[in-house]
Amino acid sequence: MTATISYDDVEVGTELPARTFPVSRATLVRYAGASGDFNPIHWNEKFAKEVGLPDVIAHGMFTMAEAIRVVTDWAGDPGAVAEYGVRFTKPVVVPDDETGALIEVSAKVAAKLDDDDRTVRVDLTAMSAGQKVLGMSRAVVRLA
Amino acid sequence: MALDQSFVGRTYPPTDPYEVGREKIREFAEAIGDTNPAYTDAEAAKALGHSDVIAPPTFVFAITFKAAGQVIEDPQLGLDYSRVVHGDQKFAYTRPVRGGDRLSVTSTIEAIKTMAGNDIIDIRGEVHDEAGEHVVTAFTKLVARAAKEA
Repeated sequence: MTATISYDDVEVGTELPARTFPVSRATLVRYAGASGDFNPIHWNEKFAKEVGLPDVIAHGMFTMAEAIRVVTDWAGDPGAVAEYGVRFTKPVVVPDDETGALIEVSAKVAAKLDDDDRTVRVDLTAMSAGQKVLGMSRAVVRLA
Repeated sequence: MALDQSFVGRTYPPTDPYEVGREKIREFAEAIGDTNPAYTDAEAAKALGHSDVIAPPTFVFAITFKAAGQVIEDPQLGLDYSRVVHGDQKFAYTRPVRGGDRLSVTSTIEAIKTMAGNDIIDIRGEVHDEAGEHVVTAFTKLVARAAKEA
């Protein structure tokens, strides 16, 4: 595994480059097919509203997959991610219009865990429409 | 109705192997818009020290969640899946999932709680490759929301 970021070059508080990921209805249909999760709350507005949601929502696992891109793009090697966990706090609501929704992800190094293992803990923040959509979002990354 | 606590610790039989297709990884990476070449180009993955293309960190969920279906659909447990939402998800990797892997999942019920009428179930899925080596453990928390009073 060859992360391009060196353990010695990061400090607690180091910020990773933030990213914004767009989500449209088409994105969700494509993700449903790729992941095998065809729950209609992710593509059928009528069904979503019947079960009490404001509109179609993104798969939690889609949001989780987008958020970690901030870490994998930074580390260089996606295989450097040793642990990754999130809590799904709010849904990402995806309106049926030209823009859809945006998932805004920022992250910073929260702790240097192990000098021998060269692992750091990265804390992520994922927002959509002004609300935090992932809580307790953390990754352990093995750096070079 | 609260779920039966006696199910805590129960382990289900390992699933039949799931063969990770390279084109399936590509399809998944395209679906999340991730152009990292380690997902689609074996040479790029090898340059990073991997023996083949690797899968994005959350790819394995499709496999572990399908395996968790053994728990979710266990008629003896009696979970009402129509009320289930995904609470938490965590992955702990020994190594990334690779194209060509044949992965088997062993699911265990780690905890069952009832809070404010919601049933909360923690399922641990241990993923092993064909050689029996550990690849990743998936921790999935599902919440079955309390049924509304009729």
